[in-house]
Amino acid sequence: MHNKTITELSAGLQAREYSSLELTELFLSRIRRHSKQLNCFVTVTEERALADAKVADAARSKGRAGPLTGIPLAHKDIFCTKGVKTSCGSKILDNFVAPYDATVADRCRAAGMVLLGKLNMDEFAMGSSNETSYYGPVRNPWDADSVPGGSSGGSAAAVAARLTPAATGTDTGGSIRQPASFCGITGLKPTYGRVSRYGMIAFASSLDQGGPMARTAEDAALVMQAMAGFDEKDSTSVDRSVPDYRAELNNSIDGLKIGVPKEFFEEGLNEDIAALIESAIDQYRRLGAQVKPISLPNMKLSVPAYYVVAPAECSANLSRYDGVRYGYRCEVPKDLADLYSRSRGEGFGAEVKRRILIGTYALSAGYYDTYYLKAQKVRHLISDDFKNAFEQVDVLVGPTAPSTAFGLGEKTDDPIAMYLSDIFTIGANLAGVPAISIPVGFVGDKPVGMQLIGNYFAEERLLNWAHRYQQATDWHTRMPEGFE
Amino acid sequence: MKEMEWEVVIGLEIHAQLATRSKIFSGASTAYGAAPNTQACAIDLGLPGVLPVLNREAVRMAIKLGLAIEATIARRSIFARKNYFYPDLPKGYQISQYELPVVEKGRLRILVGDGERIIGVTRAHLEEDAGKSLHEDFHGLTGIDLNRAGTPLLEIVSEPDMRSAAEAVAYMKKLHALVRYLEICDGNMQEGSFRCDANVSVRPKGETSLGTRTETKNLNSFRFVEKAINYEIERQIDLLESGGTVAQETRLYDSNKNETRPMRSKEEANDYRYFPDPDLLPLEIDESLIEEVRRELPELPDEKSARFQSQYGLSDYDAATLTDSRELADFFEATVTAAGAEPKLCANWVMGDLAAALNRFGLTIDQSPLNAEHLGGLLTRIEDNTISGKIAKQVFNLMWDKRRPADEVIERQGLKQITDSAAIEKIIDEVVANNPAQLEQYCSGKEKLFGFFVGQVMRATQGKANPQEVNKLLKQKLTR
Repeated sequence: MHNKTITELSAGLQAREYSSLELTELFLSRIRRHSKQLNCFVTVTEERALADAKVADAARSKGRAGPLTGIPLAHKDIFCTKGVKTSCGSKILDNFVAPYDATVADRCRAAGMVLLGKLNMDEFAMGSSNETSYYGPVRNPWDADSVPGGSSGGSAAAVAARLTPAATGTDTGGSIRQPASFCGITGLKPTYGRVSRYGMIAFASSLDQGGPMARTAEDAALVMQAMAGFDEKDSTSVDRSVPDYRAELNNSIDGLKIGVPKEFFEEGLNEDIAALIESAIDQYRRLGAQVKPISLPNMKLSVPAYYVVAPAECSANLSRYDGVRYGYRCEVPKDLADLYSRSRGEGFGAEVKRRILIGTYALSAGYYDTYYLKAQKVRHLISDDFKNAFEQVDVLVGPTAPSTAFGLGEKTDDPIAMYLSDIFTIGANLAGVPAISIPVGFVGDKPVGMQLIGNYFAEERLLNWAHRYQQATDWHTRMPEGFE
Repeated sequence: MKEMEWEVVIGLEIHAQLATRSKIFSGASTAYGAAPNTQACAIDLGLPGVLPVLNREAVRMAIKLGLAIEATIARRSIFARKNYFYPDLPKGYQISQYELPVVEKGRLRILVGDGERIIGVTRAHLEEDAGKSLHEDFHGLTGIDLNRAGTPLLEIVSEPDMRSAAEAVAYMKKLHALVRYLEICDGNMQEGSFRCDANVSVRPKGETSLGTRTETKNLNSFRFVEKAINYEIERQIDLLESGGTVAQETRLYDSNKNETRPMRSKEEANDYRYFPDPDLLPLEIDESLIEEVRRELPELPDEKSARFQSQYGLSDYDAATLTDSRELADFFEATVTAAGAEPKLCANWVMGDLAAALNRFGLTIDQSPLNAEHLGGLLTRIEDNTISGKIAKQVFNLMWDKRRPADEVIERQGLKQITDSAAIEKIIDEVVANNPAQLEQYCSGKEKLFGFFVGQVMRATQGKANPQEVNKLLKQKLTR
């Protein structure tokens, strides 16, 4: 039953084949059995899950059930959940119990979803391998010695191992798509402003965007339906009606214009991955798509621009963790400066400190123009690349990541190599456009993801294109060994 | 050697707390005086994940001020983060405006002595206030009260256009009156709703480049502004004349010792690393909003002063004094309406006896025990000769004490003026008959004694006799 999609589970609940309570107990028992080995949960909210399930069953018996009522879900531990520890993968928030719900958490609950727990992640979402978490690395269900990707590594691993039907994730530079690719699942990064950031702990505010992670595009569409929408509590959220994502899934893709940016296939891309992407593109041709080469000339500038903008914003966003009001405070501070430096020095991990320092430097007097302003200009160039591309084609496709899941510890000593693993994903964040990663095959026994990048607010079309591919293929149905 | 002549250069940065009901980026109340940390919501506390949402009312208020000082309202302005660590700054940055403020290039007219001066306003920008650190009552620890955190402020920055402490105070008073006219700030200086930082420098007279300035922080009364500036002027001139140099620094005014002292250097070594706040979109203000706010503007002090001069025939000085505050101006106009009397008489009473009495009891005009109808009623009786100006002062005091209308006081105390000539003649006869010696002296040429007889008549009538009538009749009697 754990291998069913949300659509199937929802039908089973509606047909009273099982209750949400039974479904929830099943996933809780799977979590008990597997989560230690994967280290994908920071908190399992068993009592809350059972209570949510009962509420869902009661709603269903009163005829008030929607498609997500009673479906279990787990949140990346970056979303504040009232009364539940919300750590953001950091020691500095290890003792933080959120007194309020993030809008996303609130909406999932309102849709009747059952909260199984909170998922491990790179500390403050800063990382591409889930190795910067205070709670230790998450293991990839396909290979215990490999990383699941990051920063939403716990989410990707939990969905791939069927410990939850779906999870939430956040994507600042690829943090939904790259782990989705590494773990063989479907992950959608929506248009910036489509999903509220309220209660989603900020890493880089102008880039962060929450989105669904699930096994299929159809499931992602269902969860996205709950997550998306204007929120007056987030000034950057966009007041624009939310389409019915599921209704668009089966639309024909005959005549779809696919652009293949040549920059995605230049140096550094694994040949086997390139071949899998080619064959996925062929699949689209068979579905009626036209394919043409295209260029995103400024793509190579995206990593350097990102590593100025994101650290600059994070250097301010993380100032609130000062040991004064909540979170970790050092023992017996001597004075105020000592309170600050030791609470932050002891509370933050190395990658977070590195980025705070980079960001502080980039914003300092005398460097602001050279780094921050320059990076903002590059950002405009990259946005223009996408605008130009979408005047010619409907969608851009390419690999999600330059490699499959790499080994644990393989890149931890080489931050630049780690940063470059996001080279294909960062552009969509800098421009704010939506993108989805879907499984398109395996290299060895590790999954490979393909990324589809759409124009602003084209989520329903991305989900449609992804769904049509999944209807014609079965890569998304593969299950890692040991989790059957 | 001839002693050097110095020119003083002053610019003020004034923080006006905007009178919105909720905070600038959250829905928490801004009411003053609540128990510590009871008016701070998740957003004010800087909890993980919270986001700011701009209070549109604060924007309207900023536009109001901008229009009132003939400034440019920026169609697009930007909120920025000002980064520094302090325990009462919950997010570790203050949301303020830096490169593109909402209001730019305004001006304010002030009256100093006989002259008028125009003081430039460089900019006014919106920002959030910090909380308060409480260093007492915690046994060597520091308490943090975040009720004030997120309260909207409008920081109004002047050009370095003022040349004396008196001009600085006049500017500050004018701005204070203006924000209260506009009802965008309660102006309560004790509670910190209107506070001032003063930038002061001196330069040799004739020099065009500016001297090194100091910034004196948090001056929360007109008197302290004047004293602190004068102290700084003297200190800087003394330093320069003894061969020293002025250090560019931030200083604090100590009102107990009447001196300024440098603040700890650590606090000024900050590089604030301003950058646009990615949580807030650029603030766009369209023409229609500006026009809507313009229509809501009340009559402003300068317009009102001009109208008082033309409509009521008041002097520039009287009109300026009466329009110092909107409440005083309203009181004056209500008095004129109620009295139906000569406006100049009304002005004299409002600025004279009433102001003096309020001053004596430490009351403001809106706390006056006499309202405008009461005062108008009194002035009506002066104008129609029911009482003399002198008796009126007595009636005024009784009205103040007993809080009764003028007519009732006049009636009860029998203070009505005697205008009946027969009655006055009768009293004159008695006075003349009772003072034969003085009469003889007067008749033999000592005309000064006329005043003596007037005094005796007034005394006999307890001041109630109409003075003109007394004079006339006495003159007739004595020349006979």
